[in-house]
Amino acid sequence: MATSSAAIGPAGKSASRRQPFGDEVAYAVTWFFATLILGLTLWVVFELWTHSSESISKFGFHFLTTKLWNPVTDEFGALPFIYGTVLTSVLALLISVPVGVGAAIYLSELAPTKLSNALTFLVELLAAVPSVIYGLMAIFTLVPLMRDYIGPAVQAVAGKLPFFAGHVYGVGYLTAALILAIMIFPYIISVSREALMSVPRDQREAALALGATKWESTWQVVVPYARLGILGSVFLALARAIGETMAVTLVIGNDPAIHASLFAPGYTIAAVIANEFTEATGKVYLSSLIELGLVLFALTMILNAAAQLLIVLTTGKGTARG
Amino acid sequence: MVSTSETKMAYPPETTAYAPENKMSPTSTEGTKSATATAKLRAANVNFHYGSFHALHDVSMEFQENKVTALIGPSGCGKSTFLRNLNRINETLRDTRLEGEITLDGQNIMDFDITEVRRRVGMVFQRPNPFPKSIFENIIYGPKINGMLKGTSAAEIVEKSLRRAALWEEAKDKLHESAYALSGGQQQRLCIARALAVNPEVLLLDEPCSALDPIATAKIEDLLVSLKDQCTIVIVTHNMQQAARVADTTGFFLMGRLIEHAKTDMIFKNPACKETEDYITGRFG
Repeated sequence: MATSSAAIGPAGKSASRRQPFGDEVAYAVTWFFATLILGLTLWVVFELWTHSSESISKFGFHFLTTKLWNPVTDEFGALPFIYGTVLTSVLALLISVPVGVGAAIYLSELAPTKLSNALTFLVELLAAVPSVIYGLMAIFTLVPLMRDYIGPAVQAVAGKLPFFAGHVYGVGYLTAALILAIMIFPYIISVSREALMSVPRDQREAALALGATKWESTWQVVVPYARLGILGSVFLALARAIGETMAVTLVIGNDPAIHASLFAPGYTIAAVIANEFTEATGKVYLSSLIELGLVLFALTMILNAAAQLLIVLTTGKGTARG
Repeated sequence: MVSTSETKMAYPPETTAYAPENKMSPTSTEGTKSATATAKLRAANVNFHYGSFHALHDVSMEFQENKVTALIGPSGCGKSTFLRNLNRINETLRDTRLEGEITLDGQNIMDFDITEVRRRVGMVFQRPNPFPKSIFENIIYGPKINGMLKGTSAAEIVEKSLRRAALWEEAKDKLHESAYALSGGQQQRLCIARALAVNPEVLLLDEPCSALDPIATAKIEDLLVSLKDQCTIVIVTHNMQQAARVADTTGFFLMGRLIEHAKTDMIFKNPACKETEDYITGRFG
């Protein structure tokens, strides 16, 4: 009771102690913070653009379509890196999305609460492991595993296909994709689980009350209802995969070429920047690396825009308020 | 935890275990039907626990075929809990326990395949809860999962269900639009249509009008009266006038007990119990 009367006391006076123009100040401050984000983005683009001017003026749009990357003759093209980045990211998603969404369904719908909470805690811990640790883990376990077991086994079955042809070094697109898949797995689980848990209980009950089994209600009603959130988790994971540098650099093989075989070594944009930036001597070389950064930025933007478009297109008629 | 008949999350084992009895159900139904007169659904000594909370105490009640039964009582009296046991939807809640016997056409609902109980005993919820799909898909969902689309066309089922729920005229031109494009009252009638699409023998309604305006409420009440020659209806309501308007019999719940169940006229004009009288005259609750 004492606290309540104490609280009323100052409150009565506070009207007179209010800041003049409080709303205007709050508006200005929050506007500044919001604009800061836009400003930073534009600044990044501007810096990347100006520092890559040499490369842009020398190669023009050919930069995006050239396969050659030769510091000795000062000829640079981004295509092998774009290819490597997109290929490893998409492969990682193909591996990680079914597993991650499946795990999220188990955690949110089927697992006992205590087990679900414990597993979710572990999953979130996984997301906090530094990527260089994943990279080392990949070098010590994934690379030999790929070279000695997975590669030969796959080639024994499907070695005729161009995707699995050639020598298996252990490092390469598939190894990078696998470690990426492991790294983005926690994001997909964690965000999808949240999305699934926020589906109203009466949606589940509506399906059950019509005679649906637990699984029918989960798969046909709960998952579609949470679709947007699950898609969101996929795009978050994709953004993470595209930009991932350290782990990929360690196992991609660092070969600036385009190979059809998933076992072949390749390169990604982030990996080549990290590897070659400190030793880039020529002006055009350095400028080309920075332009690669610009390409990575654009790639991320394009994929995000595509994601938004996909959401808009699928949120038309007959879907949840989105 | 005491586990006499503790409810489980895993239905399949039960399903297979009881399958043989299930097949016998037509004959045993015939046999018991005369014995129970026209009681479509019967609850005997039902006790229900949420964890350590004893929510229902020895509730015994019969629901006559093709009648509307209203369950009234103050908030937290157990009427919704009781209703939600009649189609075993409360089994989806964790840490709950049901004792006693509930029979549908004389057969214990625990002996049925759970999906069969729920198909035969439909349910409409407090807030309209259409699926985020088109009107058409909402209605066809139940028939589809229950394998009822053989022989009849989907369009036929949709039209019939919407007509039964008095929504056809309003919805026929936008069958393929989102169910969320409908008003709240229309959404609730859509949910009734969705429930009717699987031809339930009993329809449970859990305060179906509590989120609706008076006009939408009146439409649903008219609908319930018109539906009762097709199925047995049990409605939980906060609104005593609603019970008086639609129900043939009314049960009054208080503190997890069924205090009185009689013809609606009797309950409102000449209740047998003091508590019922206090409640309907507005002295508490």
